[in-house]
Amino acid sequence: MAEKSEVVNFMDYKLTADKVNVWYGNFHALKDISMRIRPNTVTALIGPSGCGKSTFLRLLNRMNDYIEGFRMEGHILIDEKNIYAKRVRVEELRKEVGMVFQKPNPFPKSIYDNVVYGLTIRNVRDKKTLDEACENSLKQAALWDEVKDDLKKSALALSGGQQQRLCIARTLAVKPTIILMDEPASALDPISTAKIEELINELKKYYTIIIVTHNMQQAGRISDRTAFFYLGLLIEYDTTANIFTNPKEEKTQSYITGRFG
Amino acid sequence: MTLFYFEGLKIKEKIIESLLALCGGITVLTTLGILIVLLIESVLFFREVSVVEFVTDTQWTPLFADKHFGILPLVTGTLLTSLIAIIVALPIGLSIAVYLNEYAHPKFRLTIKPVLEILAAIPTVVYGFFALTVVTPALQNIFPSMSGFNALSPGLVMGIMIIPLISSLSEDALYAVPKSLREASYGLGSSRFQTSFKVLVPAASSGIIVSVILAISRAFGETMIVAIAAGQEPNLTFNPLVPIETITTYIVQVSMGDVAQGSLEFRTIFAAGMTLFIFTFILNTITARVKKRYYHKYE
Ligand SMILES: Nc1ncnc2c1ncn2[C@@H]1O[C@H](COP(=O)(O)OP(=O)(O)OP(=O)(O)O)[C@@H](O)[C@H]1O
Ligand SMILES: [Mg+2]
Repeated sequence: MAEKSEVVNFMDYKLTADKVNVWYGNFHALKDISMRIRPNTVTALIGPSGCGKSTFLRLLNRMNDYIEGFRMEGHILIDEKNIYAKRVRVEELRKEVGMVFQKPNPFPKSIYDNVVYGLTIRNVRDKKTLDEACENSLKQAALWDEVKDDLKKSALALSGGQQQRLCIARTLAVKPTIILMDEPASALDPISTAKIEELINELKKYYTIIIVTHNMQQAGRISDRTAFFYLGLLIEYDTTANIFTNPKEEKTQSYITGRFG
Repeated sequence: MTLFYFEGLKIKEKIIESLLALCGGITVLTTLGILIVLLIESVLFFREVSVVEFVTDTQWTPLFADKHFGILPLVTGTLLTSLIAIIVALPIGLSIAVYLNEYAHPKFRLTIKPVLEILAAIPTVVYGFFALTVVTPALQNIFPSMSGFNALSPGLVMGIMIIPLISSLSEDALYAVPKSLREASYGLGSSRFQTSFKVLVPAASSGIIVSVILAISRAFGETMIVAIAAGQEPNLTFNPLVPIETITTYIVQVSMGDVAQGSLEFRTIFAAGMTLFIFTFILNTITARVKKRYYHKYE
């Protein structure tokens, strides 16, 4: 997959959202969101609490499907395929679109079993394949050197920052092409945060990354494009440089300068 | 005035406090009393029958002319019926728990749980007759050699009785698994089935184990169903098709018979009771251990 996206045709979009609306019961949570995302880029979603960032992110791997009262209109295309079409199997979709959550959530299993979980549920049994996947994913997530001697140790014994990198490794092991991250560093200390950011910069070569963050500096450091959400609306979506130095909308300006939210 | 009011309140508080202490005291004293009687009578029993004979003799015939005091037949009877009950109740109870927790609509879950618990509220004597008059004849069609009294039929029925114990407690344990683990599993592309059995059940294993141990305790102590349908014949066997007797049914049999109080025959029931107590005590200890481990895990 990495090879495929090495040559970027600029007309090619990895992901397209077209006039997306979301309701939770009667509450209109996302209003007419349209957005295109190129492969091998990092897109930051910013905006005040409750504006719909997580809702939008979770649309992309259909994690909202389980919420009672959730309703969606519009289209979301990944590789030009409508992911809300009837024949789509969410299990397949989530192999393409991995997710890293706000709080590290390793399974109460060994480090090894955590990393290969996504493979074992797809009936990969071959020990050598699993070992390799485990090593590669942990290396990619910059955790290998710290845990290579204790792969049988419980994942819960790791520090918060290590757990989060383990969760990233677990996501990488199933070889997705898109990785969604919902405030992946907000529960971590500055050093672990820096490691995760470094990692995101590295992963960008192979994956398309969409990340929710409340940290403006972080958005500035790691993302190519930034989308500013406010009260369920996509107010502005542009290159990160433009959003932070030259926003077109007044609301964006006030938000990034810290006047609200 | 105010002072007086406070005084009155204080006295009221004192009275309530003493009442509560009294209730607690009565419970503790009763338990102690039972234990002491059990101990004294057991000691008197073991003065006449050696412990070695008690645990190694393969026959239990205290009421016959040729007396044997080997508890083993009663123990195997108890273990056999309980084992059959758990073999029935664990898979069914756990499946129900998983279904309610991960598949069923929340409203359905809320209505079906109390309905299931009715199973536990049916008087055991009804279960006993159900075993004897419905299940045993039905099983005899499958196993023609099966006798009218046996371990299998009451074991199966006991299993049905303890299903809600397992399903309800296991469901609580599954429900308590952090939502974030569920999301992690779905996020990696697991189906509901995989999420249930590869993530939730292992994460809830301590709670599930506790539910199973409680169910075993319940099965060990169950009296009526086995008294009616198992045959009251001490039999050192693991064959589920022949009559057996459990510790509890033996105790009932002797307490209600015409054995003279204070005689050796009468004391056998205390020795048997002591054995049952030890079993239950061990199970309780395991439960306490598992619970302790469980609380450490999510800290
Ligand atoms: N399960 C739900 N049921 C009902 N309303 C919900 C649900 N989840 C979110 N909402 C509402 O939808 C809106 C958007 O929520 P969302 O979680 O997407 O916000 P967010 O931008 O991620 O906020 P935060 O920065 O606090 O994480 C909020 O007003 C929230 O109250
Ligand atoms: Mg959010």
